[in-house]
Amino acid sequence: MTVLLSIRDLVIAYRRDGIEVPALKGVSLEVLAGERLAIIGESGSGKSTLALAVAGLLARGARVGGTIGWLLPASAGAKAPLSVLPDISPSRGEIGNSGAGSLLATSKIGEGGDHSVISPLEGEMSGRTERGAKDRQPSALATSQPRLGRDIGFVFQDPSSSLDPVIPIGKQIAEVARTHLDLTWPDAYTKAKTLLERVHLPNPDATLRAYPHQLSGGQKQRVAIAAAIAAAPKLLIADEATSAIDTIVQAEIVALIRRLVAEDGMTLIFISHDIALATTLADRIAVLRHGELVELGEARQIIEAPRHAYTRALLDAHLGLDAKPLLDRQGASA
Amino acid sequence: MSLLAVSNLAKRYRRGGKPFAAVDDISFEIGPAETLALAGPSGSGKSTIAKLVLRLIEPDAGRIDFEGGDFLALSGAALRTRRARLQMVFQDPLAAFNPRATVARVLDDPLRIYNIASRAERPRRIAALLERVGLDTSLAARAIHEISGGQRQRVAIARAIATRPSLIVLDEAVSALDVSVRGQILELLLDLQRQERIAYLFISHDLGVIRAVAHRVVILDAGRIAESGDARAVIADPQSAVGKALVAATPKLVRTSQDAS
Ligand SMILES: Nc1ncnc2c1ncn2[C@@H]1O[C@H](COP(=O)(O)OP(=O)(O)OP(=O)(O)O)[C@@H](O)[C@H]1O
Ligand SMILES: Nc1ncnc2c1ncn2[C@@H]1O[C@H](COP(=O)(O)OP(=O)(O)OP(=O)(O)O)[C@@H](O)[C@H]1O
Ligand SMILES: [Mg+2]
Ligand SMILES: [Mg+2]
Repeated sequence: MTVLLSIRDLVIAYRRDGIEVPALKGVSLEVLAGERLAIIGESGSGKSTLALAVAGLLARGARVGGTIGWLLPASAGAKAPLSVLPDISPSRGEIGNSGAGSLLATSKIGEGGDHSVISPLEGEMSGRTERGAKDRQPSALATSQPRLGRDIGFVFQDPSSSLDPVIPIGKQIAEVARTHLDLTWPDAYTKAKTLLERVHLPNPDATLRAYPHQLSGGQKQRVAIAAAIAAAPKLLIADEATSAIDTIVQAEIVALIRRLVAEDGMTLIFISHDIALATTLADRIAVLRHGELVELGEARQIIEAPRHAYTRALLDAHLGLDAKPLLDRQGASA
Repeated sequence: MSLLAVSNLAKRYRRGGKPFAAVDDISFEIGPAETLALAGPSGSGKSTIAKLVLRLIEPDAGRIDFEGGDFLALSGAALRTRRARLQMVFQDPLAAFNPRATVARVLDDPLRIYNIASRAERPRRIAALLERVGLDTSLAARAIHEISGGQRQRVAIARAIATRPSLIVLDEAVSALDVSVRGQILELLLDLQRQERIAYLFISHDLGVIRAVAHRVVILDAGRIAESGDARAVIADPQSAVGKALVAATPKLVRTSQDAS
């Protein structure tokens, strides 16, 4: 398999109340083209930070070091050199060619101790990361680096946060198709309807005209997925996309993501704190802990032969339907 | 003898101008030191039942007997005394507090409101409660926004047991916690159940968690009971359509990623 994305020594720290909060402490990993990679770890381990860095959505003021290199086929429709992190001054971006028909773009940031502010976000986000794209869209997106939306689709935990409450569903999806695929409005609407059918929303014509508040949580997440894949991105990132919905709907959404990724040949980065859920979907699993990558391997190897004690602890803490009940372990009974 | 007996409970709401039953003819019992779980898809009525049992909302029909008396008939001082025996822990139970409030303040409230300890005695009682739930007593001075999610949930449990309840209603109380922290909180709940003979009405959408801690389970579907019984037996061999769907949807720790669907 070819490498789509090469992350080297990624260091990210946030600033909070004047103190630096390290979020990633030198993470290196490669994402293979067409694979389904799960990133797991407990709350605060840096999963969202990694995903946001890949998508160029980090909060303003985050300090970043290391490189994120992309290897995209020329057919991706890229005209400008691609650098994942928006608004890096050209002198800092390190861009080179590699291989036949490939374009390699590497963003090299913050050499030595010289960290730079890399993302022109409006306002600093705080704490947990379940908010949506709306809050963190780089303002220069449309002009300089139209990467998010076209090359990367991003699905957040809370679908309401990535959907605009006052714009009909159809228009929001059509907007993505129009912007990134250069379609006319009528063509973009036709595309939007096809997408609603692909994510199995009942009555696509009515849904096109519906507003987000008229849909259930699971339906809204399907809409968010439709918008994320509207421009046929190479990479789909789902950050806890099913954590806020009930188990039955969660299973449906996971099946949907699996099918869409297979049909379109997308690469998937699936973020979850649930190791069992990750294994239902992933080829490989990366385990993060306190901002470090402690283990990366085939999903089967991670479950059957974990190498790191922390991975074993995560597996032991999982309460599956075949686990020995805590009640019995304690010998308690009513 | 049952500690809590709920009979033919019903609660209707309106949706789009039309009435619908959020809770429809629900009956179940919980014995002392027993854990009964409520499971079901989103919107099946779990939280509405919790609120009815706690008398945060009033039913349209039905009866609730708690500690041998008609709970719905109580009012005034009698209701307040009985309420101390029935506590609750929710998913983010301290959300209602000013985040600057200290842990001591959160625990002081029930001791004062229910006249459990004199002002002079309370600091000692607060320290004892913190120790009981496995927290360092120095945490008393910290603001609740300064402690972790797992610590907050322990404080919420300490607050719940302050009034020496016989029943605690837990609505998705461990759902937002990391697996390792979740395991510790579940162990704490089981320990309290053994030592203090507390019963739990345990609401969760996670059958793995229910199977680990509950004696019996009631599976709800659209406000009605789809099936009920021994938690292990029901989850191993569900009979209702919704029970089967919930079991099928629970992520398993086996690799199934190769199948197309
Ligand atoms: N915008 C921010 N400002 C300050 N600190 C932040 C910010 N975003 C994240 N952090 C901190 O960085 C660390 C990593 O956070 P991150 O959101 O990446 O973790 P996560 O693994 O996604 O956790 P969760 O499972 O809770 O979503 C945490 O300590 C977090 O508090
Ligand atoms: N105050 C209210 N007014 C109108 N409808 C309500 C009200 N509270 C609950 N409902 C409706 O009653 C039904 C049951 O809701 P309830 O909150 O009990 O579900 P639940 O099983 O707890 O779901 P979840 O797993 O999502 O928490 C739902 O259809 C809900 O929309
Ligand atoms: Mg996160
Ligand atoms: Mg509920």
